[in-house]
Formats: sequence, C-alpha cells, structure tokens
Amino acid sequence: MKAFYDIITLNGTREDDNLRIERHPILDFPETKTLRFTFEGRPVEGREGDTVASALHAAGVWKLSESQKLHRPRGFYCAIGNCSSCHMVVDGIPNVKTCITPLRAGMDVRIQAGKGVLK
Amino acid sequence: MKDVELLVVGGGPAGLSAAASAAEAGVNVLLCDRSFRLGGQLIKQTHKFFGSEKQHAKTRGFRIAAELEASLAVPGNPAETWTEATVVGLYPDRVAGVLHRDRYEKMRFRACVLCPGAGERYLAFENNDLPGIVGAGAVQTLMNVHGVLPGKKVVMVGSGNIGLIVAYQLLQAGVRVEAVLEASPKIGGYKVHAAKLARLGIPIRTQTSVLRAEGSDHVERVVVSALDSAWNPVPGTEETIECDAVCVAVGLTPLHQLAAMAGAEMKYVPELGGMVPLLDSARETSVPGLFCAGDASGIEEASAAIVGGRLAGLSAARYLGKPHPEDSRLREDLTTQLRILRSGPFGAKIRAGAAKAEVERHA
Repeated sequence: MKAFYDIITLNGTREDDNLRIERHPILDFPETKTLRFTFEGRPVEGREGDTVASALHAAGVWKLSESQKLHRPRGFYCAIGNCSSCHMVVDGIPNVKTCITPLRAGMDVRIQAGKGVLK
Repeated sequence: MKDVELLVVGGGPAGLSAAASAAEAGVNVLLCDRSFRLGGQLIKQTHKFFGSEKQHAKTRGFRIAAELEASLAVPGNPAETWTEATVVGLYPDRVAGVLHRDRYEKMRFRACVLCPGAGERYLAFENNDLPGIVGAGAVQTLMNVHGVLPGKKVVMVGSGNIGLIVAYQLLQAGVRVEAVLEASPKIGGYKVHAAKLARLGIPIRTQTSVLRAEGSDHVERVVVSALDSAWNPVPGTEETIECDAVCVAVGLTPLHQLAAMAGAEMKYVPELGGMVPLLDSARETSVPGLFCAGDASGIEEASAAIVGGRLAGLSAARYLGKPHPEDSRLREDLTTQLRILRSGPFGAKIRAGAAKAEVERHA
C-alpha cells in the first residue's frame, strides 16, 4: 500500500508535460517500439500498441476534427468507436475512427473538417 | 457470401461467454468485434470484481478478459474470431454486413447472439464538445490500455460506481482529481468506493453540476454551480474550477441499433438504460434465432453479462439443434447465478427493468 501512496504524492502534482504513465501500482507499461507518423505533415512519435488517437493525445494533439457546420474543435469522447467525434483523414481516407485504429508507422494523419471526400 | 452457423456480435464479457458456450456445444462460431483486441470494456478494468467465484470475483477485469478469451479455444471446436470487424448491418433475412478491416463482407447466418454492449451517455452543458471533455470509459481506455493520461487536472462529473472507480484510477495513475460532482443529493455509487476517495481528500460535491466549460481549443476550466431541490442552478453559487480534462460519468445506454435493424420488438425501459429488445427466459428476441446478452439487453455489471452471455450461447446451440450435453443443468445454474447477482437493494432497479423487458415464450 505504501508504494501506492508514494506514487500519488510523487505524481500528484505532475508539472511535466509528459502524459505517458511511467509508474503505476497495478499495470505495467513497458516501453514499446517508437512509431513515427505525421500529423498535418508534421512528424509525430507514437508507440506500438497505441491507437492513432492515443498517440496524438500523448503528443498533445487534442483537436482531431471540426464540427461540420460551425467548425468547432472536436476531440475523442468515447474512445471505443461509438461516437464519431474522432473521425480523421488517415492516408487520404476520411471518417477513420482513430480511437480504434491501431497506429502504424508512416501514417499520414490529418484533421477532418466536414464530411470527408472519397477520392 | 460466407455462411456462418452462429454469428456472435461483440467480444466483450457477454459475447466471449456466449461464443464459448456455443462452441462447447459443438456449434461453429464466428465472433466479430470492432476493436483490435478482444475483451470489450474488461480490458481497461483494473479493479477487482465483486460477486462469487463463478463470475471471477476478486480478479481484476483485464485478467477476466484474458480468461474468457482463452475459453474460446474449445478443444476440437475453437470459436473463430475477427477483430477490427464492425457489424454494420443486420437484416431480417439473416444476413449480416461486416466491415472487416478494409473489406466489406456479407454473411448468411443461421443464428446470432447480439452482444454489442453500451454507449456512453452525454451531459448537456455549454461547450460540452470541447476536446478534453471525455467519457469515463474513454478515460479508462486511454489510461489503462494505452498508458496515456487524459490530462493532469481532472473534474469528474457523476458519482455512480463508474465515476467513483475511475476517479480512484486517475489518482492511481498520478492525476489530480479536483472534484467529483454529483447533481443529486446523494452519492450514487457504493460507499466503499466513495470512502476510498474521501480518505485521499477528494471532495465529492453533491447537488452540484457543470454549467459550462470554457477554453479555446480544449477545455481549460469549468464553471460549476449548486443545484436546488428542483435541480435548477442556484444563482450566485457559480464557481470556476481550473482543469485540463473533464470526465463525464453519467451512465451508459444500450446499443440497440442492430437488434432494431434486424426487426426485433423493442421497448424503452428506463431502468435498463434505454431501448432494449424484448427477451424471453432463453434470451431470444422476437426474431427466431436472434439472441441478446450483455449491456445491449440492459445496463448491468460485467458479471451479469458473463452469465447472460453463457445463457444466450446455450440457447443458440439448442436452437441450432446442438444442445449442450449439460444444457439443463447449466441453464439452471446460470439462472440461479443471475438471480443472486440481482438480489438485494442494489439489484432492485435491474429486477424491475428485466421484468418489463421479459416476455413469456418458451416455458
């Protein structure tokens, strides 16, 4: 039990920008292979085991799409493929549910504004 | 078109249990799940389950997922599984449309067990669509599956068991929980979960709710207010809480769409969380050969989904003319387990709901 409280006091007021969990009282998150991909053309790093959305969230990208009429910023809401709030354009394909799409190296990921166009 | 003897939709606790039961009975099973991993929401449950050993009590959820997945490997007749396979259509003529990775596949099935689960409810407040405002299930997925924190300072909305448990999990992962808000005058979840938070000094504020969120590209703060006995905000009690994430834990609603699409008779049952198919005691819908289990037939605990899934799997096997060799003994045992799970004051709501959604067909 002591270890658990230590972790709370240690990380309780995390000041760093890192959103990756390094220590956890129950779960292990061993460091996996780094996967490089691009977001809006910019290089981003994720990890093997990530979804596109979890990799972006860890990298500080929280706006994934825009609402269709008012262009309000949207992030993911349900993270299980239900709500459509995380639809992005991945490798040119629109309406990809990025919260249940495994991240793969070299993916070209872009914010989706509107309904998306099939090419 | 592919021919399938039994199609199981969903690889959570209900679907895995249904598939294993039917495969044990000798049925050829194909289980489809839209995620890339089986286990449904169990894979992100780090807490130990209550109940009896028959429903894996004292075991952490993600371990139960692994045990259930292993049970699909029935010697001589393992259930086939497809991941990243979303069932997008289910038609009354027993045809399913499945988007399996990049391919759309149509299949003809002889029986089907629907276990698609539930969806997260939303809460209406100004700017509730800002990035950083996420469902409780999403927080668990992000944090417990991917090892990524939703933010550093979180406001939890809802003090039901999910809200309380996820608030505790956030603390375990090193996140600050600024407050747990509860609109009703009483904490919704079990006292044991609330007490764990209280011991760590996390304020659980009853009769309090979110008026609006603020922020440009993601949530930066929420304005909360006290509620009067008619649930209206009390003017002058507004207060701002700085945060970078808001976790919405206001309940779940059954994913009813596929059952409705297949033509099953549906009913709105508030105690079960929304629209559900009417079921008989064998968990068969009004469409012969179409069964349903898990949260899609009413929001309940994973342990009940396991038991209900097994029942549905046995029923599907019996329907297909391949009754499990121990059908009646297992059926009796499972029915007793379900009755015990739903006993006591916390089961009153689900008992009332299940009664409304149950119809007499098979005796």
